[in-house]
Amino acid sequence: MEEVPHDCPGAESAQAGRGASCQGCPNQRLCASGAGAAPDPAIEEIKEKMKTVKHKILVLSGKGGVGKSTFSAHLAHGLAEDENTQVALLDIDICGPSIPKIMGLEGEQVHQSGSGWSPVYVEDNLGVMSVGFLLSSPDDAIIWRGPKKNGMIKQFLRDVDWGDVDYLLVDTPPGTSDEHLSVVQYLAAAHIDGAVIITTPQEISLQDVRKEISFCRKVKLPIIGVVENMSGFVCPKCKKESQIFPLTSGGAEAMCRDLKIPLLGKVPLDPHIGIQEFCSPHQSKEENLISS
Amino acid sequence: MCSEGLWSLENTQPPNFCFSPELGNLADVQHIILVLSGKGGVGKSTISTELTLALHREGKKVGILDIDLCGPSIPRMLRAQGRAVHQCDRGWVPVFVDREQSISLMSVGFLLENPDEAVVWRGPKKNALIKQFVSDVAWGELDYLVVDTPPGTSDEHMAVVEALRPYRPLGALVVTTPQAVSVGDVRRELTFCKKTGLQVVGVVENMSGFVCPHCAECTNIFSKGGGEELAQLAGVPFLGSVPLDPVLTRSLEEGHDLTQEFPKSPAFPALTSIAQKILDGLPARLS
Repeated sequence: MEEVPHDCPGAESAQAGRGASCQGCPNQRLCASGAGAAPDPAIEEIKEKMKTVKHKILVLSGKGGVGKSTFSAHLAHGLAEDENTQVALLDIDICGPSIPKIMGLEGEQVHQSGSGWSPVYVEDNLGVMSVGFLLSSPDDAIIWRGPKKNGMIKQFLRDVDWGDVDYLLVDTPPGTSDEHLSVVQYLAAAHIDGAVIITTPQEISLQDVRKEISFCRKVKLPIIGVVENMSGFVCPKCKKESQIFPLTSGGAEAMCRDLKIPLLGKVPLDPHIGIQEFCSPHQSKEENLISS
Repeated sequence: MCSEGLWSLENTQPPNFCFSPELGNLADVQHIILVLSGKGGVGKSTISTELTLALHREGKKVGILDIDLCGPSIPRMLRAQGRAVHQCDRGWVPVFVDREQSISLMSVGFLLENPDEAVVWRGPKKNALIKQFVSDVAWGELDYLVVDTPPGTSDEHMAVVEALRPYRPLGALVVTTPQAVSVGDVRRELTFCKKTGLQVVGVVENMSGFVCPHCAECTNIFSKGGGEELAQLAGVPFLGSVPLDPVLTRSLEEGHDLTQEFPKSPAFPALTSIAQKILDGLPARLS
């Protein structure tokens, strides 16, 4: 019996509305009518825009709260330490945009020019874009369904004037849904270098991360490697190490060995991150990534 | 009598359940609590599970509905991974996780053939499954239904609030961790509650302090106090702080019998107090 695909084949696919996984989807009739068949012109527009961006890296997890945004921010700062490297950080977590807070950019606004939206520059060679900059109050909630979120992501990729960029880092929300499908689909013609996947040591995170890895394989997104975050805590008083998030199943190391994916490094818990709320350049595993 | 059959994610069109629409599968559920955050990784699933166990210890029959379709964590926490879901004429039979059948659970986790398989669905299909989870699970008589949600303020959240609206859910328990980056997202979740007319039962601050097992020094790894400040700012009750407990985390991870392990944890008094506030403070649902 052939394997039944469970996932949305995509509104543009030949299987749209016809696949077995389309049964029960409220959009089935619309897709089957061929309404989504024509490729989105934005994909070509984004390909053009991305010609000035050398490397595109997605930061994914699957699990929430493992430190994707913290890691993305630190990596961006690490790469930008070389003032000749142009870095861009795009936050596509529409519901929970953490990057402005982590980068110390709360309250900043986005300006428009003839060539599009200008990113917010935290340094001359580090520009940031997030839906957080478009909200007027910290209490504003973005209560949008999938299609509207997808539209925002399309705009971020097509309408932001990134200029010449060496590295575009894309911070994502947890999960394997609209935002993830959209960013992969919109960047399909522009070539993504790959994904860095963040996890914490415990199985409850690895369980979701394996799904994210499965997602990457399904959409043919290369995996650069995995980073194990919150890996150990050193007590500031007695200096002894504790595993707050215990490795019950061998942690990221065992998972990477099983799935034959590089483990890029382990980053310990640092209470200062919680207190300072915006990062200073961190001598962590950015160097591994920069050299690889 | 129930006519049983196995149901899996492949046949996403369940058979016509012919039961009286007035009764509905939630008719005998007394209270419904949505566990929300906005921020990922703050412990919604852990708190949902611990709250269920605390309510159960007070003699209540509790069901958990896990609507995190991309990252369903509850089956593992209650040692129920790999269990099959059966159908009856009232709908799907929830999985019972204890011998007395007083804790029941439904999760997309049960519908996956392979636990590493990703559910890569866009909004509309997620909404459809959530509506089915709300109306087509034969919960029977429950004192409490705890609904565990994914992070965010999007499709799943809108779908579940819309689907539960006819049942006048009790309200939302909002989980945060102490630090500003969590509080930032949780403020937005409180706005979501306001906009959707969902009463906030209270805020719980999780991962609030870690006591070093070697020297007993308490370090606020994720900062401190954000949850209480947030509750005050938003004018909602602060239900309490739950400390980090690696022993309990390990038990959840390794699938130990939590009904034995949980009472020994430093998190236990905090969760018992939170459960008590819920039991005391909240009016019964009008039937």
